[in-house]
Order: sequence, then structure tokens, then C-alpha cells
Amino acid sequence: MDITLLVAIIIAVVLLAAGGFFLVRTQSSVKPGKDEERPETPGGSAGATAVQDRERDPGTVTGPPAQAPPPVEEAVRPAEPELETPPPSAGRMVRLRARLARSQSSFGQGLLNLLSSDSLDEDAWEEIEDTLITADIGVTSAAQIVERLRTRVKVLGTRGPDEVRALLREELLAQITTDTDRTVRTEPHGDRPAVIMVVGVNGTGKTTTTGKLARVLVGDGRSVVLGAADTFRAAASEQLQTWGSRVGAPVVRREEGADPASVAFDAVSRGVEDGADTVIIDTAGRLHTKTGLMDELGKVKRVVEKRAQVDEVLLVLDATTGQNGLRQARVFGEVVNVTGIALTKLDGTAKGGIIVQVQRELGVPVKLVGLGEGPDDLAPFDPEVFVDAILSQD
Amino acid sequence: MFETLSDRLTSVFSSLRGKGRLSEEDINATAREIRLALLEADVALPVVREFISRIKERARGEEVSKALNPAQQVIRIVNEELVEVLGGETRQIRFAKTPPTVIMLAGLQGAGKTTLAGKLARWLAADRNTPLLVAADLQRPNAVTQLQVVGERAGTPVFAPEPGNGVGDPVEVARASVEHARRNNHNVVIIDTAGRLGVDSEMMRQAADIRDAVQPDEILFVVDAMIGQDAVNTAQAFLDGVGYDAVALTKLDGDARGGAALSIRHITGRPIMFASTGEKLEDFDLFHPDRMASRILDMGDVLTLIEQAQRTFDEAEVEKMASTMASDEDFTLDDFLQQMSMVRKLGPIGNLLGMMPGMGQMREQIDNIDDKDLDRIQAIIQSMTPAERANPKMINGSRRLRIANGSGTQVSDVNGLVTRFFEAQKMMRKMKNGGMPGMPGMPGMGGGANRKKAKAQTKKARKGKQRSGNPMKARQQEAERAAERQRRQEEGGQQQMPQLPPGLGGGGQPTLPPGFGGPKMPDLSNFRLPKDK
Repeated sequence: MDITLLVAIIIAVVLLAAGGFFLVRTQSSVKPGKDEERPETPGGSAGATAVQDRERDPGTVTGPPAQAPPPVEEAVRPAEPELETPPPSAGRMVRLRARLARSQSSFGQGLLNLLSSDSLDEDAWEEIEDTLITADIGVTSAAQIVERLRTRVKVLGTRGPDEVRALLREELLAQITTDTDRTVRTEPHGDRPAVIMVVGVNGTGKTTTTGKLARVLVGDGRSVVLGAADTFRAAASEQLQTWGSRVGAPVVRREEGADPASVAFDAVSRGVEDGADTVIIDTAGRLHTKTGLMDELGKVKRVVEKRAQVDEVLLVLDATTGQNGLRQARVFGEVVNVTGIALTKLDGTAKGGIIVQVQRELGVPVKLVGLGEGPDDLAPFDPEVFVDAILSQD
Repeated sequence: MFETLSDRLTSVFSSLRGKGRLSEEDINATAREIRLALLEADVALPVVREFISRIKERARGEEVSKALNPAQQVIRIVNEELVEVLGGETRQIRFAKTPPTVIMLAGLQGAGKTTLAGKLARWLAADRNTPLLVAADLQRPNAVTQLQVVGERAGTPVFAPEPGNGVGDPVEVARASVEHARRNNHNVVIIDTAGRLGVDSEMMRQAADIRDAVQPDEILFVVDAMIGQDAVNTAQAFLDGVGYDAVALTKLDGDARGGAALSIRHITGRPIMFASTGEKLEDFDLFHPDRMASRILDMGDVLTLIEQAQRTFDEAEVEKMASTMASDEDFTLDDFLQQMSMVRKLGPIGNLLGMMPGMGQMREQIDNIDDKDLDRIQAIIQSMTPAERANPKMINGSRRLRIANGSGTQVSDVNGLVTRFFEAQKMMRKMKNGGMPGMPGMPGMGGGANRKKAKAQTKKARKGKQRSGNPMKARQQEAERAAERQRRQEEGGQQQMPQLPPGLGGGGQPTLPPGFGGPKMPDLSNFRLPKDK
């Protein structure tokens, strides 16, 4: 087999084909698919189950349903199918604060030490930049943040560490603030349940996030149906089943290797029939480079949309992910129009700085953060708290 | 923002030709670019610093080679250093003198331990070992079930006395498993542990307890190739907490550049032993430092491309492709369609482009390429009559309208495709007639009898072209290609794509993709086809 010739041919053909892309692409970009831009339904956003809103305003928290016992923090996670009633989402932010303070103190500390030194020389600036880079914020973003901070320090003539710190806080905040609503839309509209799809690459914690989210919702008195559309990975649906049975949420599942789109459709149908509030569909992990699998994901969404509107597509990103996270977000965004990000494993040493880039470049807001393996370690994302925790002094 | 290292260095060095030695300034100028490239590849910052100082030291006073330009020379140094660091010590699994050999897997959640356990078992079983998988992940819901399924797929027995989901003591399971293996004549025990964080002291202690209980011969640290700057902390935490002898890198089938490999190797000194490149159990191999080095530097991965091609195509198809290329007849749309569908079997077109060296400058566009556009091209061609496909010149206005209607596209799309096709045809013709330097005509490819011989000649010729000892020649030839590409893009760009990024659309001398010609091409001479052996 003449490999070099073969490669030459491939290169030629690919170039030709790729050339073709430029022309045809213009065409397609002029006419964006109707399904790509899905406007928020007014009903959905108005009465959105804002995990976050509830958090901020504990007064509006609806008590657990009458038939359920009051929320109890369980010490052990039992394997027996005894129903648990998870605590409502209120108060989660406090834990986030504590966790972040623990996991990111070194980061904040390093910055503070730098900023506290009297003179900000070239080395100090470079070190600030390096510190940001170490948090996976990315070379370009880090350079920009530092550049803007420098300019402002120069313009304002700021010298005091407190002022510089305040400026840095503002700058970081500006990077992760979007106008987009950070609430997860879980409110049923009319007779149809809200549909949430959970997507992401392998091993970021999709199934776990799905389970935790279901717990949050059940804890807030919602009825939830889970769809185990991960029919590929060994025992994925059993894993979800375990989560579901803990909180008494029915799990729609099928044998391994079944068509994920049909499982998702069935889950939504079940949700409609049961009059459930929310249907959460857990999909199989897939690398964004695998076109076939990405097409499959697109299909899952299209098929679900035949039955009900997909309110939320959550991309699960692992906080340890480096610069590749941006690409993942971009590709998943193109295929299923990601509406929010769940940043998981933030309880480790990883800073999750990649979300700064993702939000900046794609404008997709981080909506949830995963803070550990505990069943209730899921909290809404609050940029202010996030940045404050980064810069906190303890 | 995603320029490749070679592109950056080329611009840095554009004013520095013809000096006798690499000067201090030259080296410093490149150092920052190398730093950026490594950071973009997720190499940890402390590692980058040390690595750069090493490069500086080595580059200092190095003779400017006559064959390479300074940029290429620096890249060569960087590449060699990378290979050295990554591959310094490669070794096999240490088998215990008295079986069973115990291999323990440890890592973060979601790194891919359970899947890797199955892959490792399958890989070992192929070498006439009798592995036993041990489910010591009793934490995550249904991790035990997952391992059982994986074990079934790999044809390996699984030792799972505890149901998991938080029930049972993993240390006891691990201890009992060794005994179980001894009784049942398993010579390798693979212990799959729960994912844990480096900061979780309780879980780290548990891992250490498992280690002390079974005295593993190898502890493998399983890490995701996508991990970012945190790789250093995690690797160090696991080294301190459990200790490990080697590293297995997973999810290499994605497009993460995998700088973590360098970070971990550098910080811990532990070799990277395995690379896992897919979801199937057979997607598992020993680690290749040279490929990883070019991946981190984003120099394209022609070797992977070739291997992928080999896996996908059978010989008859390739011969057919080759003979189309070499035949006297013009390259027709039919040929193009056929070849495009073959090439598409290799995977998404953006990935293929990404694997080609020197395509970094087009990365923005590559990122935007959607295989659906290729479907559209296919639809256009399929809406043509056979006569039109064979002779696109006959496609006049009304035919174009018909084709556009038939394929659900616009006339301008059809126009664009036809125009571009003529360009490509011209290029192909040129290649065939030896119009391109370094690529002499392909003689006598018609007959079946002498095809093999002819191919051998072609091969030589092409090889000569790709690794041309004369960089001028290689560059010149690349210039032609780049110009061709440029022209095509400009045509498209000026008419319909005013938003094309600068440097592609609106003139300006294109920087040559330096990875293409010359010595930075991965050395194909080391590559052997299985049937050549």
C-alpha cells in the first residue's frame, strides 16, 4: 500500500472538500436553522425554578410536599430502596462558599500576596498573569485581564493593595458576568413537563449531576422523571437507577445498546403521561471530536422535540479540564445549542478557570456547580460568590 | 488565537535569516512563543518554566544549520527535548516473581479507570496472561456493575464480593482478591479503585491502605488527557498519597493537546506507559513519546492519519484511488465524489485537517467546518447527470439552475463548486505532469503488471518530496500549494465571505505552513507497514 501517495490524495481531496466548505458555508450561515434559535418561553423564564433565586430569597422556598417527611440530612447513603427526601436547595450556597474557600485559598492567597506588595513591578504583573494561567483561565484571557488591570491601575493611580484587589475582583467578575439568566428552567409549562438534557464528554460527571439535580428538584417538591439515554457505557443506566430510586424518581431505561433517542422520547412521554414537572435526560459521554456520536446527540434532541420542547441543555464540564474545555463547549454548542454549563469536581484543587473563557467566547452561562461526591453537593453558580471566594482571605 | 508554534516562530524569525549562530536575542524571542504554545497545550506553568530554561541552554550557541531555518531549528530542539522528557524511560509491566502480579489503578473521578481496567485485562490476556479484575470501587453507584459488564466484554472474570454503592470495605476486597487469584490461578490481578481527589485525605488514606494490603507490583495513575494546569497538583498529591510507578493517559482520541503528559512526567519522573484512545476495549496501546511530542507542539499527526487510513481502507480501494490519480484521464467529479466519501470514512473532515501539519493557520476555519457542508457538496454533485459529472465544462446556466434546484442549494453554490473543481483539476493535472517541483510525473501507471513497480517509484518520488533534503525546494513547492489554496479561498472570500479573517481573504502574503515541507515532517522512514515486515 502506497501510504505516501495515499496521504497525498487524502490531502488533496480534503483540501478540495474543505475549500468547498467556504462557499457553501456562507450559504448555510445566512439561513440559520429554525431550531437553533429557540426563544425562551415567557412562561418558562418567569416562573423558572431558579435554584438560584430560591437560594437568594429563602422566603419563597416552597416546603416539601405534604406526603413527604420533612427534609433530613442523612448520614449514610443506604443501598436499600428507602426513599430519601433531600434537603431543599436553600443553604447550598453557604456550603459552596466554604468549599471554595478551602479549595481556592491558595489561589486567592497567592494573588493577595502579590497585590499586597508595595510596588507593582514588571515581575509582579507577570506573576499575577501566571497565577491566573495556573487557574486554567487561559493565556489570552489572563493576559487581557492583567492588561486591563494595569491600565486601570495606571489611570486611577491606585497603589494600595485593597484598591488593586477590588479592581481585580471587578475585572474577574466582568469576565464571568453575562446578561444571560443563570437559572435552570425546570418549571413545567401547561401540561408539558420541562425537559432538561445533560450532555458532555466522558467522565465529567453527567450521571452524577443528573442524579443530584433530580434530588434538588425532588427536595423542592417537584416530581421528576429520569431518562437513561446513556445506553452505551456499561451499567450507566443502573447508576442512574440507583440515584432515581433514592429519591423515588422513576427512571425510564432500556437495555444496553438501545437507541438513546427512543429512550429519551419514552422518558418525555412518560413525563407527560405522569404529569411530572421535570424530565431530566442523561446522555452518554461522547468526545466532541466524534462526529457520529455528536450526530446521535443531535438526533436525541430532535426526537425529544417532537414530543416536548427542550428547555435546557446542560453541558457538564470538569473543573480539571484545561484549554480543551473551550472546544468542547463550542462543539456541543453547535450540535445541541447548550444553554447552560454545570461545572463539576470543583471540590478538588482545580480552579475551573476554563469557564471564564467559555463564558467570554460563547456567552453560555455557568448555572450549576458540583462540589463533591455527596448526593447534595450541587449548588447554583453565583459569580459574585465565586470571585469573592477566589479572592477571600481565609 | 490558536496559532501553532511553528507559525509563531516563523514570524519571529522572519528578520533573522542568515546569521551564523543562534544569538541570545533570537533565543529569548522564541522563548516566549514556546511558552505560549506549551501553555495553550495545558502544560503546567512550573514545568513550562523549567522546560524553557533547558531549551535556552541547549539552543545557546548551537550552530545555525544550513538545512533548517532558525525557526525550524528551534522547533527541532524543542521537539527532541519533548521526546526525551516524555520517553526517557519506557518499560514494560514488571511481573511479580511469584504470581499473582498485582496492578492497582488510581486516579481522579471520571479519569477512566474502570474502562482502562477492562482494556488492560484484554491487552494482558492477549499475551497469554490470565487477569482477574477486582471491583474495589465501592463508592460510585454501580461502579461494580460497570466493571462486571466491562469484564464480560473483555472476557475476564471479575472478583466482586461486595455490591458497592457505599457498602463494603475496599481494602478487604483487595486483600481477598489476591487470595482468590492465587487459588484460581490468575497470574495478574487488576484492582479498580474508586475515583478520588488529591485533597481528600480520607480517601487517599483508603488508597494507601489498599496499597499496603496487597503490595501491588505496579500502581498505575490514570489521568485524563484533557486535564489542565491542575495536573501538577493532582499528580503530586497522588504521588505523595499513594505513590505510583507509571501513568496511563486516557481519552487521547479527543483533540486535547495533552500537555499534562509532559507536566506529570516532568514533575514526578514516572513514565507514561499506556495510552487509551477510544471507547472500545481494543483502543489501547503502549505510549508513543514521539507522537505525543508533535501533538503537544501541534505539528500535525500524519502518522496517526496514515494509521487511520490503513485501518479504514482496504488495499483495493487504495489502488483504485491511486490509479485514478495517476491515470491519464482528467480528474472528474465522479472521482472526487468517490474519494470524498472514502476520505470521510476516516472521520470528521475537521479532524483530518487538524492532523495535517501546517494547517494551524487555518484552524479557525477548520473549527468551523461542519461535515454537513460536505453533505451539501455531495448533494450538488449527485444532482448532476453522469455526463455532467464526467465533463463539468458542459454545465451551463440552465443546467446550474436545475442542479441547484435538485440539490436544494443556490446557483451560487453550484457555481462555486464548479469553479473550485476546475482549480483542483488543474492542480491535479499539474501534479500528474510533474509540473510541481519535487513531484515528477508518475510513469506508466496504466498496466496492472507493472503497477507495483511503478508505485514503488512513485513512493520514492513522493517520499523525496515530502522530506526533501532541499528546504528551498520543499518550500517552493509548498508555496505553490499554499498559493493555490489562497487563491481558491480568496475567490470564495471576496465574493461571498467578506467576514473572512484577515490573512486569508484580503491579500497579504500568506505565511507558509512551515510544518509542511522540510525536516519537521514526521519521519516516515521509521514507519513500516505491517505487510512490509
